[in-house]
Amino acid sequence: MPHSPLLKVESLAFERDDNCLLENVNLSLNSGEIVQIEGANGSGKTTLLRLLTSALEPSAGKILYNGSQIADCRYQYLSDMLYIGHQPAVKLTLTAEENLRWMVNSSAKTNQLSIAQALAEVGLAGYSDIPCYTLSAGQHRRVALARLLISEAALWYLDEPFTAIDKQGVSFLEARLQEHLNRGGAVVLSSHQDLGLNNLRKYSLSAPTGQTQ
Amino acid sequence: MANSINSGFHAWLKRDLLLAYRRRGEAASPLVFFVMVSTLIPLGLTPESARLAEVAAGMIWVMALLATLLSVDGLFASDYQDGSLEQLLITPQLLPMPLLGKITAHWLTTGLPLTLVSPLLGLMLSLPASGYLPMICSLALGTACLSLTGAVGAALTVSLRKGGLLLSLLVMPLYMPVIIFGTATVTYAIDGLNWLPPLAILGALFAASVALCPLAAAGGLRITSAN
Repeated sequence: MPHSPLLKVESLAFERDDNCLLENVNLSLNSGEIVQIEGANGSGKTTLLRLLTSALEPSAGKILYNGSQIADCRYQYLSDMLYIGHQPAVKLTLTAEENLRWMVNSSAKTNQLSIAQALAEVGLAGYSDIPCYTLSAGQHRRVALARLLISEAALWYLDEPFTAIDKQGVSFLEARLQEHLNRGGAVVLSSHQDLGLNNLRKYSLSAPTGQTQ
Repeated sequence: MANSINSGFHAWLKRDLLLAYRRRGEAASPLVFFVMVSTLIPLGLTPESARLAEVAAGMIWVMALLATLLSVDGLFASDYQDGSLEQLLITPQLLPMPLLGKITAHWLTTGLPLTLVSPLLGLMLSLPASGYLPMICSLALGTACLSLTGAVGAALTVSLRKGGLLLSLLVMPLYMPVIIFGTATVTYAIDGLNWLPPLAILGALFAASVALCPLAAAGGLRITSAN
């Protein structure tokens, strides 16, 4: 019996208003692997990630999770997935702790690490009970990234996770990604950064031929 | 599974209530609008209590509707801007339940305060004594309908830059039965008629809205997020 990969993307395409944004994307991801999506600005990296999260419907092609279409195993797939988008989804009037608690509540698979420990690990130890509008953009990103410490989801989709964080934060995130991969997780991320991770593959997006603009 | 459906409702209800509490000033603006406009009516129309009493029920209902319409615009706006809406769309829970939580929070922070403060406005507009109880009952049910149907419009217009006007155009026809039966409840009571039938129709509208609007709002959000 052939082994089906954790995630398989077959000839995925996405069109909007007769404008082809992505076409013929093929990807296969096993546990322990990481794919870095590269491409110029506007080449569709975020669109591809949003297609993977099922927030967008592809106009053609299939996304298979453990060999079955994601529409057929929606609950399992979404529980096993963690997505951190361009916007960190941090509410400015809530404190870092409240933000993280809510984010953790709405994702299904979590471990026992406490909110306070996770915030301490991302370097926000003294900031847990002040409203997020006093924090910087990089600190907002760190609040969102603290989810990675609590999540038990196997599939991580990260859209430009290195935006706005400092060097120390980058190495922390790299270490966390490597740990996740070693435990059998898988990651798809978009970044322009060169990453020093094992099992890293790059996937380059080029502007599709059908683009009319 | 049942547990996860519940947790979606509670998590979003709690979060939106907390957010409203943190922005108390902003959250109170529909209520302030409601009270302020009511104080203008005796000045603009007539201070004579007999003539005010004739229009009191309708005026209170029109203002409650406008106050809800003003606030429903922002139901998904900030979540859309900061990316929370994107996270909401990919929660494993069934989407209508978190949405019902958000809508409930909206009603608790707009419709319920409007209902509670309405007797004061009744007093200012010399509403006859027999109209108070029907007014409170009809506003409690009616504002819940307004929050629910407003959420559908808000979901459809959240990605538009100036969605406010379109939102009003979309939901206004849906608000009409609510205001008709809402004012009917109060005027029937003032005229000494049985006010339970129009209230029962409001109840039916509410039941239909609870069942259908979260589903429609979920569909609306999926459409807007795809654009």
